[in-house]
Amino acid sequence: MKNKKLMMMSLAITCALALAGCGEEREDADSVVLKVCNWEEYMDLGDWDEEETIDLDSGDIIGVNALYEDFEDWYYENYGVKVKVEYSCFGTNEELYNMLTLGDEFDLVCPSEYMIMKLMTEGWLVPYSDAFGDEEDEHNYYVRNVSPFIKEKFDDHEINGESWSKYAAGYMWGVTGILYNPDEVDEEQVSSWDCLRDSTFSRQITIKDNVRDAYFPAVAAVKKDMLTDSSFISAADYPQRLEDEMNDVSEETVAKALDFLQDTKDVAYSFETDSGKADMVSGKVLANLQWSGDAVYAMDQAEEDDLYLAYSIPEECTNLWFDGWVMLKRGVGNDPAKQAAAEAFVNFLSRPDNAVRNMYYIGYTSAVAGGTDGDEVLEYVDWTYGAGEDEEDICEYDLSWFFDDEEAVIDAPAEQLTRQLYAQYPPEEVMERSSIMRYFDADANARINRMWINVRCFNINRMPVWGWCIMGVLLCAAIAAFAISRRKKNYDL
Amino acid sequence: MKYRFSRKQLAIPYALFLLVFVVLPLVVIVYYAFTGSDGRPTAENFIRFFTDPNTLGTLLYSFILAVVTTCVCLLIAYPVAYALAFSGLKSRSVLLMLFIMPMWINFTLRLTALKEILTLIEGNLAFHPFLNSVIGMTYDFLPFMILPIYNQLERMDKSLIEAATDLGADAPGCFMRITLPLSMPGVMSGVAMVFLPAMTNYVVLDMLYNSTYIMGSLIGSYFSAYDWHGGSMISLILLALICIFTLLTKDEDGGDMRGGSLI
Repeated sequence: MKNKKLMMMSLAITCALALAGCGEEREDADSVVLKVCNWEEYMDLGDWDEEETIDLDSGDIIGVNALYEDFEDWYYENYGVKVKVEYSCFGTNEELYNMLTLGDEFDLVCPSEYMIMKLMTEGWLVPYSDAFGDEEDEHNYYVRNVSPFIKEKFDDHEINGESWSKYAAGYMWGVTGILYNPDEVDEEQVSSWDCLRDSTFSRQITIKDNVRDAYFPAVAAVKKDMLTDSSFISAADYPQRLEDEMNDVSEETVAKALDFLQDTKDVAYSFETDSGKADMVSGKVLANLQWSGDAVYAMDQAEEDDLYLAYSIPEECTNLWFDGWVMLKRGVGNDPAKQAAAEAFVNFLSRPDNAVRNMYYIGYTSAVAGGTDGDEVLEYVDWTYGAGEDEEDICEYDLSWFFDDEEAVIDAPAEQLTRQLYAQYPPEEVMERSSIMRYFDADANARINRMWINVRCFNINRMPVWGWCIMGVLLCAAIAAFAISRRKKNYDL
Repeated sequence: MKYRFSRKQLAIPYALFLLVFVVLPLVVIVYYAFTGSDGRPTAENFIRFFTDPNTLGTLLYSFILAVVTTCVCLLIAYPVAYALAFSGLKSRSVLLMLFIMPMWINFTLRLTALKEILTLIEGNLAFHPFLNSVIGMTYDFLPFMILPIYNQLERMDKSLIEAATDLGADAPGCFMRITLPLSMPGVMSGVAMVFLPAMTNYVVLDMLYNSTYIMGSLIGSYFSAYDWHGGSMISLILLALICIFTLLTKDEDGGDMRGGSLI
């Protein structure tokens, strides 16, 4: 009897909860829930100190609330629709992909270019609406303010005949290079990717612990002679040929890359995911394969300890990467209200002052150049890196290629030619030797993953004979000990 | 009449937990391990494991690392446990606490500290990856070895030793024929608790910059390459190895794993 009562009670409670849940749903029927998934620490979450205010000519910029919270207010003010942003994070592109395949629902996510390519190929994405590209709409900040450089890359790269820009809007971008300590290392020494197996570094250089970031420099290094050849560089179709060469995943190239990375393993201090920056700052290593944004962060950190690090972008090639916002079919689907909110979110993030907030907070370079809706981004670059009045060694740093503005040239201290400014906005001639790394098909992917496992694993064939002998002796000893202990026990009993 | 939960009912929450978080994932692992990427049943993953020199090498490397770690732990832990159990010190609970206290601190934090200390001593960590891994693992797992042995020795009937001495046994004989055999269950449970995690705990290697994969990191690398099938097979084989190991070390009296409950 009692048991039944208990069950009834729990049933009643469940019903009550379910009803309460329904009620909530009904209340929010006129508001939109936007599920956003972004990289960790990849958006301004506000809470700045008063002193952190960025005082630009066009006004002060300070982050009080998280950007997505500001977006909720902004959207309500301008569109009259309540939106609730559910913000969550992922750690790696692969993790995001696994989350999606396991059934997590998001409306708007921010993967890197190769993952965007994969998602496009597999048909996960919803294209941006025509309204998003309308330059006349006052709230369409993205289309008016994105850098022409980024826009061109997104228009030119196609998957199955569709350009990236149909599905993706640029957020942050950067290159890869080598962060080094100029007191100990010559710029010359790190001017080629070959330095990753340079034995003079003997265990004082680190490399990234993932196959894509390791494969790219390996390919660049094994093709060094070709890539630095002047006839190759001066060819009319240089960018296209460079990209093809850098995305070579033939058996032959993978085998060469394997050799290269095995040499690297004998020279490298570590294969790191995140510790490289700290190891640079603390002086454990002298050089470090690093993404430009993290390099800027590490240089800033090191400055606090009076250590002045520098950044080098090797002569062969550099890996140009993007992170971009894409909308998912499973989340946005055919819900126009959601899609409108998602597109507005991208626009809101692309407003120049918000782009500055993000750049200040996360240290990476925004895809937004500004111009039409304000010059905050360029002003911010000048505010951060511009030379002071009394500075002597000054250079003119040309940023016109990114800002599409002849006058986008700032006076910067000459040391910035190898430091933060160089990492954040590399000069145009450096960008000419940049190449994206495509998404590889299943076969090629399996091939480079196998190569990576070959690099990282202890191969049993490499075990020396004396190793086998020791193993054999130990094994015999263990079996003997085991047998004796068993027999003894019987005797005792 | 007041309602009382029967024993069976009290076990329901745990049974549910077991079902959802242990049995179900295991079923999924078995399913993945014996299917190919096309979803058809296959033994290919199994064959691949035993024909690939890399996976075999990794198994061997992890095994050697685990054996060395276990031996070092045992060599350090036994004397400590012995001294603690037999010193009539009043303060021995304090001493024991000193050995267990590191476990109260998060282990990544401890490893970070260890990294700095080792850097001070060695200069550059990357020259001795294997040694560092052994030190790191020993540092991490030592309490798991001390506790069961101490526990076993502590409750040993000390009058047995007096009796043996009375009957003319010298100190080494006494140890070899009484103390050591009686402490074996504790040693076995300590070995099991150190050896098995040492095969897979790749965080220690990552943090101390050993760039060679052990079993744990190998499984991770399969998963991040979307090869759920190969990764599941490795997990399953590891599980089988653990089962074999546990069966081998099991005491026939069923008196195994004593003191394991303490941790």
